Amino acid sequence: MPDSAPPTASAPLLRLERVIKHFGAHRAVDAVSLDLAGGEFFCLLGPSGCGKSTLLRLVAGFEAPDSGTIRLGEADLTALPPHRRPVNMMFQSYALFPHMSVAANLAYGLKGLGLNRAQSAERVTDLLRLVRLEGFEGRRPGTLSGGQRQRVALARALARQPRLLLLDEPLGALDRALREETQAELRAIQRRLGTSFVVVTHDAEEAMALADRIGVMEGGRLVQVGPPRELYERPASRFVAGLLGDVNLIAGRLGPTEPGGVRSVETALGTLCASGAGEAGASVVVAIRPERMVIGGVSAGGLTGKLSEATFLGDRVRYRVAMADGTSLRASAALPGAGPAPSVGEAVTVTVPADAARVLPA
Amino acid sequence: MKPSARSDLAGRLGRGLVRGLPLLWLGLFFLVPFAVTLKISFSSPATAQPPYLPVLDWQGGLEGWREFLEALDFENYQMLAADALYRDAALSSLGYAALATAILVLLGTPTAYAMSRASARWQPILVALVIVPFWTSFLIRVYAWIAILKPEGLLNAALIKLGLIGAPLPILDSPFGVLIGLTYAYLPFMVLPLYAVMSRLDPALTEAAADLGAARVRTFFTVTLPLSLPGLAAGALLCFIPMVGEFIIPDLLGGSDTLMLGRVLWSEFFSNRDWPLASAVAVLLLILVVGPVVLFREAELRREEAAEGRAGEGGR
Repeated sequence: MPDSAPPTASAPLLRLERVIKHFGAHRAVDAVSLDLAGGEFFCLLGPSGCGKSTLLRLVAGFEAPDSGTIRLGEADLTALPPHRRPVNMMFQSYALFPHMSVAANLAYGLKGLGLNRAQSAERVTDLLRLVRLEGFEGRRPGTLSGGQRQRVALARALARQPRLLLLDEPLGALDRALREETQAELRAIQRRLGTSFVVVTHDAEEAMALADRIGVMEGGRLVQVGPPRELYERPASRFVAGLLGDVNLIAGRLGPTEPGGVRSVETALGTLCASGAGEAGASVVVAIRPERMVIGGVSAGGLTGKLSEATFLGDRVRYRVAMADGTSLRASAALPGAGPAPSVGEAVTVTVPADAARVLPA
Repeated sequence: MKPSARSDLAGRLGRGLVRGLPLLWLGLFFLVPFAVTLKISFSSPATAQPPYLPVLDWQGGLEGWREFLEALDFENYQMLAADALYRDAALSSLGYAALATAILVLLGTPTAYAMSRASARWQPILVALVIVPFWTSFLIRVYAWIAILKPEGLLNAALIKLGLIGAPLPILDSPFGVLIGLTYAYLPFMVLPLYAVMSRLDPALTEAAADLGAARVRTFFTVTLPLSLPGLAAGALLCFIPMVGEFIIPDLLGGSDTLMLGRVLWSEFFSNRDWPLASAVAVLLLILVVGPVVLFREAELRREEAAEGRAGEGGR
């Protein structure tokens, strides 16, 4: 590991400063600033068209920013053409050279590194072993399966031993079962090499499974950066809350700060206790993850409604509770044990623990 | 299930028609005329109407057929083999076509590459510019080259004015003039297939090459060009084949000593009225032209087989 110090203690490996990129009148990347530590696994998460791929291409050098700087260590990359940048990219389509063997694909980037023939061959062998494709050196990409092609693309991008690897939807073309297996493999390879990875993905679950930190992009802006758990539990906006998972949003008016930092919020369903910042009297929404709602418990301060739907999902049950004001809340719970399970049509109480409710700007 | 059976029949008829029409076309407009030409090439010239013998007498029955077949011979082909003129004309035609094809590859590849790299807004305009000359008659355009190339023409006048030459260069009526004409006339046929292939290459491939440290030149020669070879081969054949038999360009831009099969064929047919010999020249031309295509196809098949063979070895 070249850099085992925590991200905050060392100088950043990659530093983006107010990077702006327009396509015509459309602002694809809007004043993005970001520091990335050596050895970090970073995910850029967002819906399609949010600018995450453009940001990746700006770092790789395939697009030039309108303003802002991109630094890698001490070097300013902003004006360098892609072939001079010490970063590598794994393409979403893999972009393997169809007319070359797997070995020739892997060796393509080795030219100009000052390796002799034997060293080159050794590097190719190492790469094949890294992605478990020994024996495939003579094959053409067209004769490989999707998963094998994905691994060749990863190995080729790592051939030049970059300090920073950019991966554009690296698992996007794989089917679900293969994707989970490959996530673990990608993570293991990243840990072993100590290379910084920046992965672009639209899949929040994937981002959470892979990343040390996630950066959420919306409309060209980097709206929140943090470890997966922090983003999931303390999203800064409704957008981030909804992107990372299912969430109940209840509109209300914020009360004054009470002892312990707990805020009361007046909603159409009643008063809720939540955590978060904001001026008293402001219009806010309270965000609660379905799995944090407690259903069926009879406790003071619970909200009452009628169970309108209970869906069995194997490892858990998903409930939908119709509230008096016409809205409905979603809750999910592990399979109930011995106790009586609420049945559809029954009146139930929904309790929201104060630490599960989060105040967000409306 | 009557309706389905009927629609099945209709479908089969439709498919048959789609497959049959091109075959019918090929049969009517290529094979039948070729058979007639082939037959005439085995005949002897005669001062008659039509100007060759024998002519099949459909009333003669089996005996008539026998007489007809006996009258056919290889005399015209023996003549082609014996007279150095035809051999020289064939070699010279192949030479002109090969040289012009080489020039077209060198000119057409960068042109098509530049077109494929142009912005999406410019590409249709550039394609239109390549096609625009076809709106004018081919003959007129070749005549225009006479005005450019002749001793007192535009090119010589410009070169003299620039002080590069003292006296007009004899470009018109020279092999050089023929090459200029061939290159000019066939450039679109080289550029368009190449452009079609190059513009469809995944841009991520050249980006990947750049990402792996290859500068533009290396990217071009290791990625773009190898993947454009099918377009290059198609363009080269599309140019080479008609150039071997080209008549108008050598006739108008070449000197009287420019020897090409197209011209020989024309003079045998129209000046000497020797239809059988002209037909033999036509058959020779066809063989010269089909040869490269067959060789190309063979090489292509071998390469595919080799690629598949290699693919099979590494399998698990």
